[in-house]
Amino acid sequence: MGHERVTPGDAGVSVATGFYGAVEETTKALYIGALKDVPADIRAALARAYERERSTVARQLLGIILRNVELADERDTLVCQDTGTPIYYIGVGTGLRVDGARVGDAIRRGTERATREYPLRSSVCHPVTRENPQTNTGYRIPAIHWEFVPNVDWVDILCIPKGSGSESMSFLKMLPPADGVAGVRRFVLESVVEAGANPCPPCIVGVGVGGSADLCVALAKRASIRPIGTRNPDPHLGALEDDLLAGINTLGIGPQGLGGDTTALAVHIEHAYTHITHNPVAVNMQCWRGLRATARIHADGRAEFGPAGSRHHG
Amino acid sequence: MAEIQMTPPLDEAGVRRLRVGDWVFLTGTVFGLRDATLIRIFDKGERPPVDLRGGVLLHTAPNVRRVGERYEAVSVGTTTSARMDRFTAGLLHEYGVRAIIGKGGLPAGSVRAMREYGGVYLSIVGGAAAWETTHLEEIEAVYWEDLMPECLWQFRFRDLGPLLVSIDSHGESAYARIAETARERLSGLIDKGAGGGAPSGGR
Repeated sequence: MGHERVTPGDAGVSVATGFYGAVEETTKALYIGALKDVPADIRAALARAYERERSTVARQLLGIILRNVELADERDTLVCQDTGTPIYYIGVGTGLRVDGARVGDAIRRGTERATREYPLRSSVCHPVTRENPQTNTGYRIPAIHWEFVPNVDWVDILCIPKGSGSESMSFLKMLPPADGVAGVRRFVLESVVEAGANPCPPCIVGVGVGGSADLCVALAKRASIRPIGTRNPDPHLGALEDDLLAGINTLGIGPQGLGGDTTALAVHIEHAYTHITHNPVAVNMQCWRGLRATARIHADGRAEFGPAGSRHHG
Repeated sequence: MAEIQMTPPLDEAGVRRLRVGDWVFLTGTVFGLRDATLIRIFDKGERPPVDLRGGVLLHTAPNVRRVGERYEAVSVGTTTSARMDRFTAGLLHEYGVRAIIGKGGLPAGSVRAMREYGGVYLSIVGGAAAWETTHLEEIEAVYWEDLMPECLWQFRFRDLGPLLVSIDSHGESAYARIAETARERLSGLIDKGAGGGAPSGGR
């Protein structure tokens, strides 16, 4: 990640009183912030798409999208009405003496407070009864993914409220090895065509290759939230990202699926080694909104926001 | 391509004059509803407490703030329509709805219903809720609050648009045409790039 590494003593740094309160406050700010602020890389990609686009209808629609981003800034309001499924990626520094369960509780409370105090629509319900607790939380939600970062003494929070229009366009296939890279390519292109207008294109197409079924889907989600302009460092996969983006943008699906040159803003692939008898591939779409917001909380409870957005986070 | 101002309730003749590619601006009452609302009407058989004849519907579940007895909009935007395809014919035939505003389009069943009963699908930019909300004058009424946020919302909009006529009452669908083009171009891409790999088969 390029951050400066610190090496605390064996016992680690004890978190200050108020650390968990800071996690709660920061989570609340991140959830609202991710819904209000379009990340800088997405803004730049949308502006480039508007310049390049040749379809009149598509330019009209991209113009409304760009105007919408401005209006959300000017009026300090939500970009999209979908408050999403709250998803968090937490990076816990191993140099911090921290109670993970309390961090999880604080994230849940921050999510509930954002929902009640802003107020946000509650988009979360029981999968069978459809009962809506009106908190954007429930059993196993928010989804929290934990990672451990060696030799640092902070906690990073990445908040992704994932909208249903794009999340509903998620695909997994367990390909046989004989299908090779052509099979991966084919499945991604077929998935984009099947998704069509539904995921609010122009999208970021997240692709997972390899791993197990569950890992592959998680990789596709991770790929969908990678900032535009980053590339898979593996040269084979980086080249496949370029090839797929070029192919997808010849399909003519266009902004909002109403025709044009801009079907995807980016294609990102994340990979893992896999079993010798299969090659899983998963696709997870991110809508043009590209919702994400990050913050780092230090042992003393001090929070630094950024650098996902361009307005709130500099 | 025409730019047309419309004020609900809409009559059949006016709707049938619209063609795919026209741009519409709407001023007046628009009813917001969605999955849970439609399930209540059609699967549970409850009649909506408002007259939808000539009505314009918006696929939405908004963010709102309660102020005394009323609701104020925080963010009103549009959801994916395809999930609600099976309700289109009933809305047009049984309840006299004339237009549906949504994003992502509606599939063949809805295209047939639009042709048969005289309806139109108007595309709005999905995700552009900040922009959409600036066109909202007032939340006039809310019914079925127990379904929050998927209530039956009565909104008043001013100059809501440009909305693209993307499915008309003559069987034309911009989405169907673009999907067909995409499938043709997809086969070209797959043939070109197959590189000796076996086809993966259907999904």
